[in-house]
Amino acid sequence: MDEPLLSVEDLHTYFHTAPAVAKSVDGVSFTVAPGETLGIVGESGCGKSVTALSILRLIQPPGRIERGSRIMFEGKDLVTVDDATMRDIRGNRISMIFQEPMSALNPVFSVGDQVAEVARIHGRGSRQDAWNRAVEMLALTGIPDPEERAKQYPHQLSGGMRQRVLIAMALIMSPALVIADEPTTALDVTIQAQILELLVDLQKKFGTSILMITHDLGVIAETASRVVVMYCGEVVEEADVTTLFAAAHHPYTEGLMHAMPQLGEPRARLNVIPGSVPPPTDWPTGCRFRERCPYAWELCEEEHPPLYQISQAHTSRCHLAIEPERRAHPHPPLVEQLGVPA
Amino acid sequence: MIAEPSHAIPSRGTIARRLLANRSAVAAIALLLVIVILCAAAPLFAPYDPIAQPDIIRGKDLPPSALHPFGTDGYSRDVLSRVLYGGRLSLSVALVATLVSITLGTAYGAVAGYAGGIVESVMMRILDALLSIPRLLVLIAIFATWNDLHAKAFVIIVGLTGWYSLSRIVRGEVLAIKGEEFVMSARALGAGRTRILLRHILPNVLTPIIVAAALGVGHVILLEAGLSYLGVGLQPPTPSWGNIIQDVSATQVATVWWLAFFPGMAIILTVMAFNVLGDALREALEPRGMRT
Repeated sequence: MDEPLLSVEDLHTYFHTAPAVAKSVDGVSFTVAPGETLGIVGESGCGKSVTALSILRLIQPPGRIERGSRIMFEGKDLVTVDDATMRDIRGNRISMIFQEPMSALNPVFSVGDQVAEVARIHGRGSRQDAWNRAVEMLALTGIPDPEERAKQYPHQLSGGMRQRVLIAMALIMSPALVIADEPTTALDVTIQAQILELLVDLQKKFGTSILMITHDLGVIAETASRVVVMYCGEVVEEADVTTLFAAAHHPYTEGLMHAMPQLGEPRARLNVIPGSVPPPTDWPTGCRFRERCPYAWELCEEEHPPLYQISQAHTSRCHLAIEPERRAHPHPPLVEQLGVPA
Repeated sequence: MIAEPSHAIPSRGTIARRLLANRSAVAAIALLLVIVILCAAAPLFAPYDPIAQPDIIRGKDLPPSALHPFGTDGYSRDVLSRVLYGGRLSLSVALVATLVSITLGTAYGAVAGYAGGIVESVMMRILDALLSIPRLLVLIAIFATWNDLHAKAFVIIVGLTGWYSLSRIVRGEVLAIKGEEFVMSARALGAGRTRILLRHILPNVLTPIIVAAALGVGHVILLEAGLSYLGVGLQPPTPSWGNIIQDVSATQVATVWWLAFFPGMAIILTVMAFNVLGDALREALEPRGMRT
C-alpha cells in the first residue's frame, strides 16, 4: 500500500465531565490512503463523530485529545501543530461535510457567499474571483442555474440542494481529505443516492480521499473500499468492503448486518442487536460487547480482546478468532438473560 | 416548502411588509418622521429665536395665540421655537447616547459569550456589579458635581451607563448561536475566531440589538428630561425638552400650563412612538412569523 494520507494512531479523546471521564474515543487507529474512501460504521454513541472532530481538532472543552494520540497528515501531527497551521489545514487540505445541511449553513447569508467565503479564507483572490469560483463549484455539484441559486438563502433551497452547497464548500479548495459525517442521513432516500453518486464522481475528479462516517451499511456498500467498524470508542473490526459483507467476523458487525432489512424477505419485525451502547463513562470490562453478544463466554469477561488478524487486511477484536468453534453455539446474550428490555 | 429555521432573520422585504401591515407601527413611524423633520429643520420652522427675550416685561407668560402658538415663557421666549430647538438637542443626545451604549453592549456581550470560561465568568460578574448600581442615582451624582456640563459629556456618560442589560441579552444570544452547527461548520472550513464572531454569530443576533436600540432612544429621552428637570441635565439657556419644563415652577403649572404641556407632549409622543416602533420591530423580526 502507498504511504497513507492520514494515519490516526492510538487516538484517545476523553470528555472530562464532573462525575466521570467519558472515554468517547479510546485507542482508535486507522489509515486512509490517497484517493481512497474509508467507511467508519457504528451506532450512535460509538465515537465515530468524535473521531471525525478530533481529526480537525474541533473538540471543545471539556473534551480533550489525550497525550500519546497521533494524527499524522501530510507529514504533520495534527494533535500538536499550532492553531494557525490547523486553521490553514481546515477547509483547505481537510474539510468536512456535516449531517444536517440546514443547520450547517448560516441562515443570514446567501449560499454563494458561503461557498465563496471558504475560498476567501484560504485564498488571496478578490471577492469577485471567489464568487466566480463559488458559482463554478455550485455548477460542478449539479445545482441547476448556479448563478441565480448562488444568490439565494439556505431556506430557499431544498434539502438535497443544500447538501450540494455543503459539498461545494467542502471541495472548493480541492482538499486532500473530506470527512463526511452522515452526509445523507437527513435526506430522502432518492436524494441520498444522488448525493452519494455526486460525492463519488467528484472524488474521482479531484482525487480526494473520503472518510465516510455513517451508521448506514448501505451507504458504506455504495461508497467505501475499506471499512472500520467502531463500538464503544474502539475499532472492533476492519476489512475491505467485500470481505466485511461476505464474512463479517465480529459479532457486533454480524448484528449490524442482520439488522439491515433484506429485499424480498417479508418480516414482521426487524432484527435488532439486544441492549444498547453502554455510556462512555462506564465501558464494560473485558470485551465491551460481551453483554450484548450471543457467543460471550468467561474469557470475554476476563480479558479485553486485542485486534486479532483474521486474514490479510482483516482484523477483529473478538476472542472467537482463537476459539472459532464457539460460533456454532449462540445463546441469549446477557442483557436478555437479565431481562433488560432490548 | 421547508420551514424556516428558528433563528433565520426574515428578509428585508418581509420585515418591511410586516411593519407596514401593523397600523400602530405605521402611525409611530409617521409621527417620528414628522417630529424628526420638524426638529432637525428647526431653524426653518421655528418662528422666533429660541433664546431671544424680546420683551421680558410685557411679553412674558403669554398664553397660546396666533403669534405664539405654544405661548411664551417667563423670559418672554417663544415656547414653540424652544420646543423645536429643544427637540433637536434631546433627539440627537438620545440617538448618540444610544449608539454608544448599543456598541458597547454588543461588543461586551459578544466577547463574553464567545470567549466562555473564566473570561466570561469574570466579565459577567463585573456586569452584575455594574447592574446593581442604580443608574439614575449615579447620573445625578456625576452631573450634580459638574459645573457647566457640556452636551457631549452628557451623551458619553449616559451612553457609558446604558449598555449593561443589552450586553446580557447579546451574551445569551451569542452563547446560543455559538452552539449552532453552522458555526462548527465554519470552524471546520478554517474560519478564525474574529471571522466567526463578526460574520457568523453577530448577524444572527441583530434582532435584539435593533429592538434595544429603538427602545433605548425613548428611554434616553425620558432620562434626559428627568435629569434636566432636576437641574442636573442639559444646561439652559440652550433648550432641551427637559430643561424647558424645568423653567416652570410647581406653583405655575396650573396657571401657566402651556410651559409644561407642550414640551411634555413632545416627550410623551416621541417616547411612545419609539416604544411602539420597538415592539413592532420585535414582532416584524420574529423569525417564526408569530403574530400576537
